[in-house]
Amino acid sequence: MRFSRKMLAVPYIIFLVCFVVLPLLVLFYYAFTGSDGYFTINNLLDFFTDPNTTGTLVYSMMIALMVTIVCLAIAYPLALVLSFADIPRKGALVMVFVMPMWINFTLRVTALKEILTFFEGNLAYHPLFNTVIGMTYDFLPFMILPLYNSISRMDRSLLEAASDLGSSKLHAFMKVTLPLSVPGIIAGISMVFLPAMTNYVVLDMLYNSTYIMGSLIGSYFSAYDWHNGSMIALVLLVIICIFTLLSEGGEDNTRGGALL
Amino acid sequence: MSTDVKDDVIIELKNLTKTYADNGFTAVSDFSLSVKSGEFVTFLGPSGCGKTTTLRMIAGFDIPTTGEILLNGVDISKLPPNKRPINTVFQRYALFPHMNIYENIAYGLKIKKLPKEEIDKKVKHVLEMVDLEGFETRRVSTLSGGQQQRIAIARALVNEPQILLLDEPLGALDLKMRKEMQLELKAMHDQLGITFIYVTHDQEEALTMSDKIVVMNEGRTQQIGTPEDIYNEPANAFVADFIGESNIFQGMMTGKLKVRFCGGEFECVDDVPEGTVVDAVIRPEDVIITEPSKGIIKGKVISVIFKGIHYEITVECGKNEMVIQSTKAAVVGDEVGMCIEPDGIHIMIAEDHTTRFDADITKDYELDYNGRSIKCDLMKVIPGAEMKGDTIYTSSGEELDIEKTKITISIKPSDIDMTDNADEGITSGNIISLIYKGDHYSYVVRTVHGHELFVDDEYLWNLGDTVGLIMPEDKMTFTVKK
Repeated sequence: MRFSRKMLAVPYIIFLVCFVVLPLLVLFYYAFTGSDGYFTINNLLDFFTDPNTTGTLVYSMMIALMVTIVCLAIAYPLALVLSFADIPRKGALVMVFVMPMWINFTLRVTALKEILTFFEGNLAYHPLFNTVIGMTYDFLPFMILPLYNSISRMDRSLLEAASDLGSSKLHAFMKVTLPLSVPGIIAGISMVFLPAMTNYVVLDMLYNSTYIMGSLIGSYFSAYDWHNGSMIALVLLVIICIFTLLSEGGEDNTRGGALL
Repeated sequence: MSTDVKDDVIIELKNLTKTYADNGFTAVSDFSLSVKSGEFVTFLGPSGCGKTTTLRMIAGFDIPTTGEILLNGVDISKLPPNKRPINTVFQRYALFPHMNIYENIAYGLKIKKLPKEEIDKKVKHVLEMVDLEGFETRRVSTLSGGQQQRIAIARALVNEPQILLLDEPLGALDLKMRKEMQLELKAMHDQLGITFIYVTHDQEEALTMSDKIVVMNEGRTQQIGTPEDIYNEPANAFVADFIGESNIFQGMMTGKLKVRFCGGEFECVDDVPEGTVVDAVIRPEDVIITEPSKGIIKGKVISVIFKGIHYEITVECGKNEMVIQSTKAAVVGDEVGMCIEPDGIHIMIAEDHTTRFDADITKDYELDYNGRSIKCDLMKVIPGAEMKGDTIYTSSGEELDIEKTKITISIKPSDIDMTDNADEGITSGNIISLIYKGDHYSYVVRTVHGHELFVDDEYLWNLGDTVGLIMPEDKMTFTVKK
């Protein structure tokens, strides 16, 4: 048998089938079957009629929105400074902000828990505040990296051109830097917003009673109700798909995306 | 200078120097220039000569370390770019990729808060000028390089700047497109009457387009003049070598309006005193090939290359090589004679390229230069010195103070030898420039100590080569430093 370039794709296809396609099919199967094993759309109807589910969805979105806004508010100026400032060993400085990703998750959140306990006494008094703090801490690097990439790849002569044509520094930022960093902003948002809706492990570890979509799926699964849990996961997947398609549509006219 | 002319000057650069704080590199030093309103001025030089830095200081992207930029008599050297009535066409165009052509061109006008109808009218007009009517809604990425270039020019011109700066704007275009754009830019300049300051490393481009050329090298002005001046009367060997092709020979004045080089005596038009060592510059097209007996000098043809409109013929005469452009072919191996009309010879007084450096005296009465010892008979160098026992006494009878006395060593460029082994010589450095002078190359070597010195060598080395510099002690001249 002769070796062809197409064969290089084989390992990836196997990986894709085992870890993406098959699990998705399993997800579909459970989402559209009842506990009796027969096809049903009751799970879908339940999702939208159960006030507990829809309420959690809205609440999760609100929290995710807050986390995303806080992350963006911190990450954007930081990425701007990191890209533009004339500092030696900039790469190392970027690493400092990304390094928390390398540290064990449990260790990180436990440390944060201790710090919050030190200031607040009892973590239960500020559930919303702690939720936002914990998630922001966890997801910040995912916002910084795409922003830093898209801003630092921008051609500096564009800013000189803006200034040459009469822009003040602020005007040049609004008209040139900001629009050109939109792909980075979108990439950052999709890396933070969606995980923030489901990642309830952070909250659990902070002894937090805040209930988000992830917690809901978790509670169904721990009660061995695979069917309703799968349906919630599937609905979230659809939301993610819609969101991604929308953001790609907006990206259409800007050059390139963000690297990660 | 009469007041009349003074009023005509739009921008004046006075002793501009730019030294970068982070690495101490001086990109431009002591640059002065005055530009008349409506002139087309070109900064010409090899890459790294400081031409772009000078342009950036005029635009406001770089602030000069010292010196003034007077625009209509007012110093603008500290003003940010957006406060200067000057616009730039960037090397890589720098068009905004997220805006369409209309938005790109209207960018500056919107900042000036012009009414929409007026902006529309101006954008339309400037697009007509660059021959891209109807491109308003196109995106930058759908345009070819040449079209992007035109848009970049339109975007700058639409603001009606007092001065338009162009930073190698045609560098990214292919040859045919470049030639076309050169003519178009020149036509645009004539039509608009705006002052153009243009940066290029292409001497042909500079000669074609400019009213005035500023030739730069190593951050310094080499010559300022019209294209004809620069071509026909180059101020030094660098300019002669950089502008067009030229033969440069070392020679000597042998009488009034008479110069000797390549083994022949020629009439010339530059009046330089007899006995002066000179560089004679001869353009390849100014050499006339004759019968061997009728030429002032003779030589053997060693190569003939067909170049389209002419042949490039290389003739060996003695140790020298003469490059000739002629419409008539020659045969390799033939002997030919060569004549040059007096006005085809440009005489430049050779600069003194002798290297001078100071050395310390050691306890053993030897010389020490950065740890290398150089033998020298101090008795012959120091006037009236006397040796008593092991000690040298000066003419005043005092013991020679080896701490305070320094010896200056001088050596001619032709007496310095270069070697591949950087440790072998008295010092080492990198070759930063080379010029062919008929029978040898004239090199400038920047030593590890930051000095620049001239070395003549008959062999070809490459720019950037690291060489050891061997200076034979018997070729050195020693004097006491005063």
